[in-house]
Amino acid sequence: MTIRDLFEETYSSLTVNKVRSGLTILGIVIGIGSVIAMVSIGQGAQGSIESSIQSIGSNLLLVMPGAQRGPGYQVSSGRGSAQTLTQDDADAIIKQITLARAIAPEISRRYQIVARGTNTNTQVVGTVASYSQVRNVEIDQGSFITDQNVLSLARVAVLGPTTRDDLFGEGSDPIGETIKINGIDFKVVGITKSKGGTGFGNQDDMIFIPLKTAQKLLAGDDYVTTISIQVQDQNSMTAAQEEVTSLLLDRHHISDPQLADFNVLNQADIVATASSITNTFTMLLAAIAGISLLVGGIGIMNMMLTTVTERTREIGLRKAIGAKRKDISIQFLAESVMLTFSGGVIGVLFGWLISFAVTQFTGIATQISSSSILLAFGVSAIIGIIFGYYPARRAAGLNPIEALRYE
Amino acid sequence: MIKCEAISKVYVNGDVETPVLKAVSFEVKHGEFVAIMGPSGSGKSTLMHILGALDTPTSGTYRLDGHDVSKLSDDELADVRRDKIGFVFQSFNLLSRATVLRNVMLPLVYAGISPGKRRSGAEKALLAAGLQEDRWHHLSNQLSGGQMQRVAIARALVNDPALILADEPTGNLDTKTGEVVLGTFQELNRAHRHTIVLITHELYVAEHADRIIHIQDGSILEDIRNHKKRLAHAAHFSS
Repeated sequence: MTIRDLFEETYSSLTVNKVRSGLTILGIVIGIGSVIAMVSIGQGAQGSIESSIQSIGSNLLLVMPGAQRGPGYQVSSGRGSAQTLTQDDADAIIKQITLARAIAPEISRRYQIVARGTNTNTQVVGTVASYSQVRNVEIDQGSFITDQNVLSLARVAVLGPTTRDDLFGEGSDPIGETIKINGIDFKVVGITKSKGGTGFGNQDDMIFIPLKTAQKLLAGDDYVTTISIQVQDQNSMTAAQEEVTSLLLDRHHISDPQLADFNVLNQADIVATASSITNTFTMLLAAIAGISLLVGGIGIMNMMLTTVTERTREIGLRKAIGAKRKDISIQFLAESVMLTFSGGVIGVLFGWLISFAVTQFTGIATQISSSSILLAFGVSAIIGIIFGYYPARRAAGLNPIEALRYE
Repeated sequence: MIKCEAISKVYVNGDVETPVLKAVSFEVKHGEFVAIMGPSGSGKSTLMHILGALDTPTSGTYRLDGHDVSKLSDDELADVRRDKIGFVFQSFNLLSRATVLRNVMLPLVYAGISPGKRRSGAEKALLAAGLQEDRWHHLSNQLSGGQMQRVAIARALVNDPALILADEPTGNLDTKTGEVVLGTFQELNRAHRHTIVLITHELYVAEHADRIIHIQDGSILEDIRNHKKRLAHAAHFSS
């Protein structure tokens, strides 16, 4: 029996009962389609989360103060609450860590902002010129804070686009206008480009002012809340992280790394954490969709068992004229694989349409990867083999004498 | 050609043993047209299954074309059926959704004949079975009973088998059509020297053969030359 014969036989037996074949295929179409759609939604979410993490900068290490602990180390007031990082720490990192390409210390706190009678409460970040490079901040209008601004304690401010909209109205040009931060006048010198972040940690709702200005006029101390370090390249991230850790341990006179009063966060770790969350989410969606695929597979098995019973005499005849067990089982396997495979093809299209519609109507990003399509084809073929195997074996095992007598 | 030596078949159902064939021995020579006749329950169907390599005897040997077929596995039996035996059944057993030509070509598919050669083989067999050419592309369920049985005969012929086994080939046909089909078997036997074994329970059907083996209760009751046919045959030649 050649492959062509097998195709012809399969085609002619599946087209005898088109409605039944169609309904059986539909089960697989829905299964494969929902797997494709769900995975595309999950991967879309993963992609947008990763790109928003990447948007805060590349090859980034973040040094943050650790938990402030009292004597006996019993009470922790929470990570980031301690005031343990100082300007001197930042200067030391600049001087001693050679793997760092650029460093931007910052002090950030929320303040009430007033401008022309409107007011808002937002994050005020005191930082230096290199911040725009390290944290990937682009300027839309005007300019970012300069080193000169920092040295001269200039009262200038760079607004995020959301803050600009809140204070001055959408699309306005507030360069040169004055805003009051905590009652102190600042001149607006620039607007940053939107990064498109939403929700918590919105990077568009911020005001940047010179670091020294923030320390002296607003905070009244020398502490910094975060030191952002851009590392030379991706491969030296871990080495740089270790160097920074040991330098700061040394400077803070701490011998046990477990008791460090600061944390060094690696951006790769943040991405990995976020990815693992979205991966779990994707897996969950795919598993739910997979159940419908399983149900579709059982539909295939059901149909194949019915077919074997209906065609018992035909099987008997085929055996009488010389078909071996193998010939019979291959024929029935081919039928079930043909069903699931065509279901797979239509299902991929169907899933693609669903994810396209999801993006169109809800704005949720979706992403169909070639791997999920390949996987869908593979899974549908495997389902055909698994759920076709038992009926095919049953057909092949029929006794020709009894099969020929079957009414 | 066919040599059966003390063939017995016992069906075991739980503890009950039912002997169906009791040490049956006979020979069929190449080119013979033999009818195996007996009432239902006589064991003729079981004998047909053994002769057709669909089943193996409990004891005794069955040699077909010089090969011992009595102890083969399922797949080896399938090979024997494919290469040496052509079946004609009472209920035709055609694939209803396939054309006449495809039905006849089916054994060639399993014999591994290339698609190009199948067509000419099937046409030859259909001509030999006497089915007109205008029916060849019909679906087999569009044919009359007599035409269906001719398609089945063509299918049995297409592999050029050593033995054609016909199991009640006229059972589903009216007398007139049955007569025509039996005439086709006689023609195949006479003109093409095909060895034919016909299984039936009716004497007038058996009388179309050269030799009648009468089976009852699993044993051969008598094995006779069919003089009636010989006479008819002689008359045919003398006229």
